[in-house]
Amino acid sequence: MADPVEPALVEIENLSKHFGEGETRVDALRGVSLQVFPGQIVGLLGASGSGKTTLLNCVGCILEPNGGRMTLDGDVVYDDRWLRSDLRRLRLEKVGFIFQFHNLLPFLNCADNVGLVLQLAGFGAAAARARAIELLDYFEVGRHKDRMPAQLSGGEAQRVAIARALANRPRIILADEPTASLDSHRAGIVMDLLRKIAVEQHAAIIAVTHDEKIFGRFDEVFHLRDGQLDADAAGGRRFEPTDMQTSARHDRAEC
Amino acid sequence: MNLAYRDIRHNLLRFVMTCVGLSLLLGIEIMITGVYGGLIDEALRQARAANADLWVIQPGTNGPFAESSRIPGDTREMVARTYGIERAGAVTYQSVQTTLEGVPLRLYIIGYELNRPGGPDHLVAGRDIMRKRYEMIVDQSAGLALGQEVPLGTHGHKYTIVGMTRNNTTSAGDPVGYLTLRDAQNLQFELAPPSERREVARGGALQTNDQINAVIAKVSPHVPRDEIAAALSRWKHLTTLTQEQQENLLSTFVIEKSRKQMGLVMVLLVIVSTVIISLIVYTMTMDKLRSIATLKLIGAPDRTIVGLIVQQALSLGLVGFFAGLTLVLVFLPYFPRRLVLEPASIAVVFVITVVMCLAASVLGVRLAMKVDPASALAG
Repeated sequence: MADPVEPALVEIENLSKHFGEGETRVDALRGVSLQVFPGQIVGLLGASGSGKTTLLNCVGCILEPNGGRMTLDGDVVYDDRWLRSDLRRLRLEKVGFIFQFHNLLPFLNCADNVGLVLQLAGFGAAAARARAIELLDYFEVGRHKDRMPAQLSGGEAQRVAIARALANRPRIILADEPTASLDSHRAGIVMDLLRKIAVEQHAAIIAVTHDEKIFGRFDEVFHLRDGQLDADAAGGRRFEPTDMQTSARHDRAEC
Repeated sequence: MNLAYRDIRHNLLRFVMTCVGLSLLLGIEIMITGVYGGLIDEALRQARAANADLWVIQPGTNGPFAESSRIPGDTREMVARTYGIERAGAVTYQSVQTTLEGVPLRLYIIGYELNRPGGPDHLVAGRDIMRKRYEMIVDQSAGLALGQEVPLGTHGHKYTIVGMTRNNTTSAGDPVGYLTLRDAQNLQFELAPPSERREVARGGALQTNDQINAVIAKVSPHVPRDEIAAALSRWKHLTTLTQEQQENLLSTFVIEKSRKQMGLVMVLLVIVSTVIISLIVYTMTMDKLRSIATLKLIGAPDRTIVGLIVQQALSLGLVGFFAGLTLVLVFLPYFPRRLVLEPASIAVVFVITVVMCLAASVLGVRLAMKVDPASALAG
């Protein structure tokens, strides 16, 4: 459900994307429209080949759509064949990625993995490291700051990866199967973290998942089928908001 | 944050092993430039060691090093009497081979007149030749000892080693030996006893040994060399070369083939090295495709990724170059040929190495630029 207080962070109208031409043409997305608001955690569900990852890649400015319109945090990214040119910069500043596998750079320690993003954004080395350690502490992996990713457990590595995704305080966070490689206890911890981020940073989180144990943690769930949003899920199917989310919305409404 | 350095540190053993292999390759390149330098140095060494201003030789030849030259033995006296000539000395040059305790020994023999130009310029052991016959000065590389006797020539005369020189070898690597002119003339022109007997039996006159290969002349500093050379060349049975002309002949023509051969080997080595570094950089990039995709995904600009690959290629090349140079310097005394490593030629190999590394990183950079950031999302 849309939050009436702030404008949508992700606005997609009639987005389409196809691969190949002629007989080999595959329509991965067919007129998808959705909005994601600050503080929302949205789930993208669907069978394999339904277009979830394609949609995530389009929102992440990795894939160029073929039609429709898309804005991220008020900036038009794509408008009917017009594509913004500085997509990598946009990704660096506005989008954070959380992967199924942590994808930490194996040759950097945890603090540097997080600090790298900040340095790319223009932070000095010392400031980047300080902020990185602060983030690692926040996610309770600060004691591992000088360890290499190979020395961490799956859950710890995923938390470092989340810290990296949040280093530049992005307003849009895209998560691809963020809990797939974790047991239910650790998956719950990661989802709690995402909830905390969404609330504290007013960020919009879009997660692709097959993980049934976290379905109940989303504010809205969009079902994709054959590149289209499921008819009975247009606008998203609402789950009961958690107490944390409810209180956060009340807080923002009062501001 | 220097990603190249971090990646190298992370895979230090692999980097070191790669550098070891590369250092051998680059060491060979440095060595070839050293061999080439040694070749030039050795080719010119005999001409320079004579410390001559003019070379008087047989007309129509480029002697005595590039071609055979033979002139009468009294030419030195004619040259010495010419206006402007301060000193002159007759010399002969020839290669000889003998066997010492079953081991073949090749020497390049220079015959010179005692106390005249053409003899050894510096001895590292022993003394100058004092007797007119059967004494020899030889280079240390021959492996002979002072006082040792060496049989040479068709008559099997033994020559006693009385002095030693250092780094005095020909462009073929043969040690140089010095004899008196008389001994050298006998070695070069004397017939073997059976041949002498045959000549006598057929009533032929015995050939005189009083022939030389060249006359070396020192010119007064107050007289232009070219004028003296022109004056000497007016004798129809002589030709005169200045020292510059002699050196030019040697460096241009005598070692021309060797220069081309070494140039070819050098070019091939550079190509092979470039291909090998390219493959190494390509493989290193292949190993990092997921990291590169992640870097692109999190917004790293292309220059960060290009820098990672190019810096690693340059690190490989530079570490390999300096390790190779160190190897060559360490094993220099044990090398079977003389290597002359001029700073300029080392600098050229350094520049070639840098260019090779830059060229070699092109493949890796192309591969990295093609990486789809979306592949970081793949499971």
